[in-house]
Amino acid sequence: MTPRLPFGALLLALSLSALAPALAPARADEDAGAGDPLILLSTTSTENSGLLAHLLPLFEAQSGIEVRAVAVGTGQALRAAARGDGDVLLTHDRTAEERFVAEGHGTGRRDVMYNDFVLVGPAGDPAGIAALDEAPAALAAIAARGAPFASRGDESGTHRAEMRLWAEASVDPLPASGTWYREMGQGMGAVLNAAVAMDAYALTDRATWAAFGNKRGHRILLEGDPRLFNPYGVVPVDPARHPGVNADAAEAFASWITGPAGQAAIASFEVDGQRLFVPNAGS
Amino acid sequence: MWEITVEAIRLIARGDAEVLEIAALSLRVTAASVLASCAIGMPLGAAVGAFAFPGRRAATAALSALMGLPPVVVGLAVYLLLSASGPLHWLDILYSPAAMVLAQTLLVTPLVAALTREVVAGRAAEYRDLFASLRAGPLLRLRALLLDARGALATVALAGFGRAIAEVGAVIVVGGNIAHHTRVMTTAIALETSKGELELALALGLILLGISLGVNAAVMLLRGPSGALAA
Repeated sequence: MTPRLPFGALLLALSLSALAPALAPARADEDAGAGDPLILLSTTSTENSGLLAHLLPLFEAQSGIEVRAVAVGTGQALRAAARGDGDVLLTHDRTAEERFVAEGHGTGRRDVMYNDFVLVGPAGDPAGIAALDEAPAALAAIAARGAPFASRGDESGTHRAEMRLWAEASVDPLPASGTWYREMGQGMGAVLNAAVAMDAYALTDRATWAAFGNKRGHRILLEGDPRLFNPYGVVPVDPARHPGVNADAAEAFASWITGPAGQAAIASFEVDGQRLFVPNAGS
Repeated sequence: MWEITVEAIRLIARGDAEVLEIAALSLRVTAASVLASCAIGMPLGAAVGAFAFPGRRAATAALSALMGLPPVVVGLAVYLLLSASGPLHWLDILYSPAAMVLAQTLLVTPLVAALTREVVAGRAAEYRDLFASLRAGPLLRLRALLLDARGALATVALAGFGRAIAEVGAVIVVGGNIAHHTRVMTTAIALETSKGELELALALGLILLGISLGVNAAVMLLRGPSGALAA
């Protein structure tokens, strides 16, 4: 008779070895003491550019609060926060953030920093936008030429900024959706990957572009238009409306990032020697 | 492709702490959800395969259809359940590994149950007369059938493992891809892709493939050359 390894014993051994560590982290976190971790709902631009990896360890060291950052589009972050699924927002759509506060979900919005949007596209620049200074004129030129344009199409802060520029250009790109105007419905990085592959133009925040690793022949073709200003705000979720939120930690984070230490940390963040976010709290 | 392979080997060779942490979490979450799925799905599938009862065909069809559940739909359903505004908010596990295990268990259980039903149904017909002559009760029948099919059931568990470890849609919604907390191999690959770090993303993909190969090889070794599990 060959040696037997009973199936039941095997299953039991596997269960114990797998379940124990899977359940352990949750317990360990709860026992860690220093209060509940802070759930930060932020945008893909702050994660993809590396800003959060630069800021959060500094805040954690100074406050003793563990931060868990969930990076999604601004629209998705605001909707999650409106359900109470997060403690504090760091997003870039001032209009939507102010509405969020007005609807009673947030305690208030504070300026944190800004960066700017840029129009990127293929080096060949078929619509000739590099010669222009104003973003709406550039979009009108792209539309007139029917050159491919990759849009976020996901109600993110960047997408909303893009739609404002189209409105100002008096061009409605939606009828052309599926032809030269391509609504990707994805995050900034995925849209940039697609734009590079499709020789398409795209509107992106400067931070994500600077840190992006797959630029190929794409480059910045238009920048510096004041309309491309991209302000970020911090909004703690209101505990009166959402009792489960970690309000103390959220307020600590909002105070820190708008205070001297946080503002200095933002100013010191660079990619390839380039400063990507300009702190502007209290200005 | 060569450079990507080298990058993958380099990441493993220098014992990149973050990659190891991410790979370990992938394994833990997947193992926990596969075991939970087997604990629920195998008896369930075996019961559907072994016993005649009203609605059995409908149950069979339902199990097969649920195998095709899109992960992101399961993720959204679990998200809404666990959300602070959802019915299971008191569990307080949104954006945690436990939420990921829950979502993957829901995703993998139908697969395990449907495949188990398939494996057991044939054997149940074969043993019908034997069970009758022994006057075996339903629990004894289930146990005997599952034990008899253990070799095939190991393959079923591996199929569940494959579905769970390669899945990104559900775990990114309920886990949130939080660094050092809920970031697993697939969500890390999605993140690196979105950063345009395509080589790093592919290198992580190769490591994930290596993990899958390792687990499959381990189970093959346990099963021995005959294919029957440790018999």
